[in-house]
Amino acid sequence: MFNNIISVVKIKLYDIAHSRAGDKGNTLILSLIPYKEEDFPLLCQQVTVDKVKKHLKEIARGDIVRYELPAISSLLFVCQQALTGGVTTSLSLDTHGKSLSYALLEMEIEYTDSVDQKNI
Amino acid sequence: MKNKIRIGCGAGFSGDRLEPAIILVEQGELDYLVLECLAERTIALAQKRKLQDSSRGYDILLERRIRSLLPALKKNKVRLITNMGAANPIAAAKKIIEIAKESDLEISVAAVTGDDVFDRIDPQQKALETNAALSSSGKLISANAYLGVDAILPALQTNADIIITGRVADPSLFLAPMVHEFSWSLDDYDLLGKGTVIGHLLECAGQITGGYFADPGKKDVPGMSQLGHPFADVFADGSAMISKIAGTGGVINLQTAKEQLLYEVVDPYEYYTPDVIADFTTVHLKETGKDSVAITGGSGKEKPSTFKVSVGYHAFYLGEGEISYAGSNAMGRAKLAGSIIGERLKEPFPDMQIDYIGSTSLHHTSLKDAPEPYEIRLRVAAKSDSFEKAAIVGDEVEALYTNGPAGGGGVRKYVNEVIGIVSTLIRKEEVRCSITLFQS
Repeated sequence: MFNNIISVVKIKLYDIAHSRAGDKGNTLILSLIPYKEEDFPLLCQQVTVDKVKKHLKEIARGDIVRYELPAISSLLFVCQQALTGGVTTSLSLDTHGKSLSYALLEMEIEYTDSVDQKNI
Repeated sequence: MKNKIRIGCGAGFSGDRLEPAIILVEQGELDYLVLECLAERTIALAQKRKLQDSSRGYDILLERRIRSLLPALKKNKVRLITNMGAANPIAAAKKIIEIAKESDLEISVAAVTGDDVFDRIDPQQKALETNAALSSSGKLISANAYLGVDAILPALQTNADIIITGRVADPSLFLAPMVHEFSWSLDDYDLLGKGTVIGHLLECAGQITGGYFADPGKKDVPGMSQLGHPFADVFADGSAMISKIAGTGGVINLQTAKEQLLYEVVDPYEYYTPDVIADFTTVHLKETGKDSVAITGGSGKEKPSTFKVSVGYHAFYLGEGEISYAGSNAMGRAKLAGSIIGERLKEPFPDMQIDYIGSTSLHHTSLKDAPEPYEIRLRVAAKSDSFEKAAIVGDEVEALYTNGPAGGGGVRKYVNEVIGIVSTLIRKEEVRCSITLFQS
């Protein structure tokens, strides 16, 4: 007898969070903010530095530091050597890396959906 | 002493829209309007204009912005603080006086100078980014220290209606009126930290009112063609309420405030300004009504004993060319065009980049399985040491019309001089700030 159906689905960060990219020299700064504050622990657990490094391997060549900001339920990723030499001398079209917030949001995570059978 | 002041931010970068500031001054019941118009490279470009003509070197939109704002600023007794002085705050102040005289307006303008430290920078000094001598980056053009509130305060103590600066740390433009009105001590780092947070939230103007935020269906923002810019009611205890003028477009909510709070923050525990090292991790945000967010918390600790100096240098000439392909096998034809350019230009232009706009030009890869786009635009960019040589890049792309793959169209070509920026530090004692007053 099951009371709950628990389904694990793969979702994109885009589905549950938003992000803004900023730049300082050759450093890329990405915020990651869940639409619902209750999803913050899930982001902390799933969006690790290692996973972000792997996901952004074509973009961020250096170290990545993750800051947790529980007061505003948000994460911040600071990525070194990520702007092809830096805003002022890069040959890239998007020298600031402003579009890179949406690179992070393409990342997939596992999302556990618990559905109470009474509501089905 | 006041317990509350209202500060509006009417521009968040040099090319920002003009009318949001006018609406703020006309309807906002502001005490202060801030216009933040000076990006890192803007000042080096302004310095070059000043070298050509000593009466120039200020923000190129200064005249238009001042002309459109001056009557309402005067009528509603709103003081303006702006870094539109760029490389030449004195010339900017004189220009503002000239505009005021044309309209028979009596005003007083204070120019803040001292940020230009070009003559005190040793080209052999090391750049923070490269750890090599500044001069090894290229021919140096400008060196400007990021000044803090102590450079602006003497100007606020005069009767100046307009305070015009060169390089000042962006949050300091907002923190200065708080310190002035609330008599905050310059070593009360807790309050300076709180005020810096408020300044940081305001300094990009529309970026907290729904600009640079909208994503249809996910983050909907109403009325973006008439986006309102923000103002803050700042209280003497360092808390604030951010809002915008009723009837303007945009939105202020927890999401827009969070995105802006973390924007360009390299370390949220230690956000360096010339005034304080601010801690953003203790900031609390609360929605208090429609388009209204309350900010509490934030703190700070003692500031560094040095100013950061942003040094501009001539980096290279950038040559670019673009051409588009559409329909069946558009990507195949674009890639053929790219390989032709690569073969022809590889040797004279070792620093070259080939992008496929519509596919991988922004993220250098595609992060999801996407169908081949209907149209694709080849972009070629290369560094060169002369304008003439850089022009070859665009010329070669243009020559693909008759020598390249089928169906290429829409060629555009560009040559731009690129100014690079490196940073260094200067001891605060070496920087002498002063203010010069002008009356119309």
